[in-house]
Amino acid sequence: MEFQADADLPPILTVEGVNVWLSGRQILHDVNFRIEAGEFTGLIGSNGAGKTTLLRVILGLESPTSGRVLVGGRPRSPRNPLIGYVPQKILLDPDMPLRARDLVALGLDGHRFGLPRRSTAQKVLIDEMIDAVDATSFADARVGILSGGEQQRVLIAHALISRPRLLLLDEPLANLDIRSEQEVVELVARIASEQQIAVLISAHDMNPLLPVMDRVIYVAAGRVASGTTEEVVTTEALSELYGHHVDVVQINERILVVAGRETAAHHDHSDSRAE
Amino acid sequence: MAGSLAPVFEPGFFSSSPVHVALIVGGVVAIVSGVVGTFTVMRGQAFAGHSLADIGTAGGSAAFLVGVSPLYGFVTMNLIAAGAMELIGIRRPRGRDLATGIVLGAALGLAALFLYLDTTHSSTTGATINVLFGSIFEFPSSLVPVIATFSVVATGIVLLSYRPLLLSSLSPDLAAARGVPVRLVGIGYLVSLAVAVSLSAVTIGAILSTALLIGPAAAALRITKRAPLAMAIAAAAGVAATWLGILLAYDSYDWAPGHRGWPVSFFVVTLVFAFYLVIHMSIGRSHGHGHPSVGTGAA
Repeated sequence: MEFQADADLPPILTVEGVNVWLSGRQILHDVNFRIEAGEFTGLIGSNGAGKTTLLRVILGLESPTSGRVLVGGRPRSPRNPLIGYVPQKILLDPDMPLRARDLVALGLDGHRFGLPRRSTAQKVLIDEMIDAVDATSFADARVGILSGGEQQRVLIAHALISRPRLLLLDEPLANLDIRSEQEVVELVARIASEQQIAVLISAHDMNPLLPVMDRVIYVAAGRVASGTTEEVVTTEALSELYGHHVDVVQINERILVVAGRETAAHHDHSDSRAE
Repeated sequence: MAGSLAPVFEPGFFSSSPVHVALIVGGVVAIVSGVVGTFTVMRGQAFAGHSLADIGTAGGSAAFLVGVSPLYGFVTMNLIAAGAMELIGIRRPRGRDLATGIVLGAALGLAALFLYLDTTHSSTTGATINVLFGSIFEFPSSLVPVIATFSVVATGIVLLSYRPLLLSSLSPDLAAARGVPVRLVGIGYLVSLAVAVSLSAVTIGAILSTALLIGPAAAALRITKRAPLAMAIAAAAGVAATWLGILLAYDSYDWAPGHRGWPVSFFVVTLVFAFYLVIHMSIGRSHGHGHPSVGTGAA
């Protein structure tokens, strides 16, 4: 492990040689990347590519078969206060007696046993956090009746209130209309830069993230390529990652990755498994 | 005052010792049911709750055979069943009903055997009615401290693990990512549920105990959007239904057909159901469909 001067913070997240096998199938192949403090990173890949498994490994919900995950330069602990997590839309019954405000408050002390007693300072903090994600107008509504975009904002406030250094968002843009999509991206980017929080946001479409993304981690069939968009999202780099030819095309500042003509090359994956 | 209320409070109601015990036990049990039941509805485990009551009949009926209070039989059997459900996989939403169903089937077989032995055994012929429909007026006052202890344990677990339990009921992953011991919290809750159902079973009977667990909680969840308040409303509504039920059952000794009194559990369950209906009608369907499990309140 490399030690750096205090001014040079260690990367907030280091993923080293992570392999994950689940029920006899290899889900992640030798995944390596780093996220520096304050960086906005997109975790891009189609459904089933391994994004969710990777997030679960980072969160400690899944143990890697080999390799390791360092958070803030240290092996991750079960409850890691440095990481805030925003799950995909949680399915709640409209009758669930939980206001948006209560869900945000659980971000502060949801892991604590004993009867809840919140100080005035904590209540002020809860209000501030609700305001920061523009959720004041529905703070007292039941979470179960909120729209997808509104629920995302409440979940983001829930994650941010414990002051993490890294915010993980699992497909926050799925099932959102284009306007809410933009709102959520802008909100996360704004808060991340204001509070100097690194962001790792998974998505199957990178386009909504292009204006704010510092770095991309592209996942295809359990393999990962990371770097700037210019480095990673190219015909050459992605073709190599996918193991077959894909074309990266730009149309009106939107990037499309399309399957190219299949080449005759044979792809032997055994080499990566041996690593 | 006493004179004007005489037709409601039959002579002897407040001086009868079995009535005192019934009011205390019924009240305490209704509070436990309200607190635990609120989470049962929120976690979508109404089927598990009802199954535990049915499963408990095996323990309750076995207790008669060995000559101890059915309370111990219910608690023992329900704790074993809760453990089995946990092992089989009640944590996974898809495995939940399966785990419950498998344990339920096995226990009902035992219940059939024990109830058969109870009824063919001359000294315990009243056991079936007792186990299935409760026996709150025959409740021995010596067991009141035991009921109180179990009640403190069941509500204590739920109240002390309130926040982790709420978070893991919303999303197990979210809770686990925050370091909540989700499985441990789930087991603690199942223990509370097993105890609450047992207490309810000895009060209003195994078959009807789910009504007290689910009905007031389901109605409370429609009234308030705050979980602590929902627990309080469910507990209060349960206590009101139970006490009113006891009063009506006491009064019913003068009623047709046989002047032998109607069962308390009938009144309690009917009152709970009426309460739910009134809430349901007055709030309407303004915020979407009701919870699929609430119908069991009438079962």
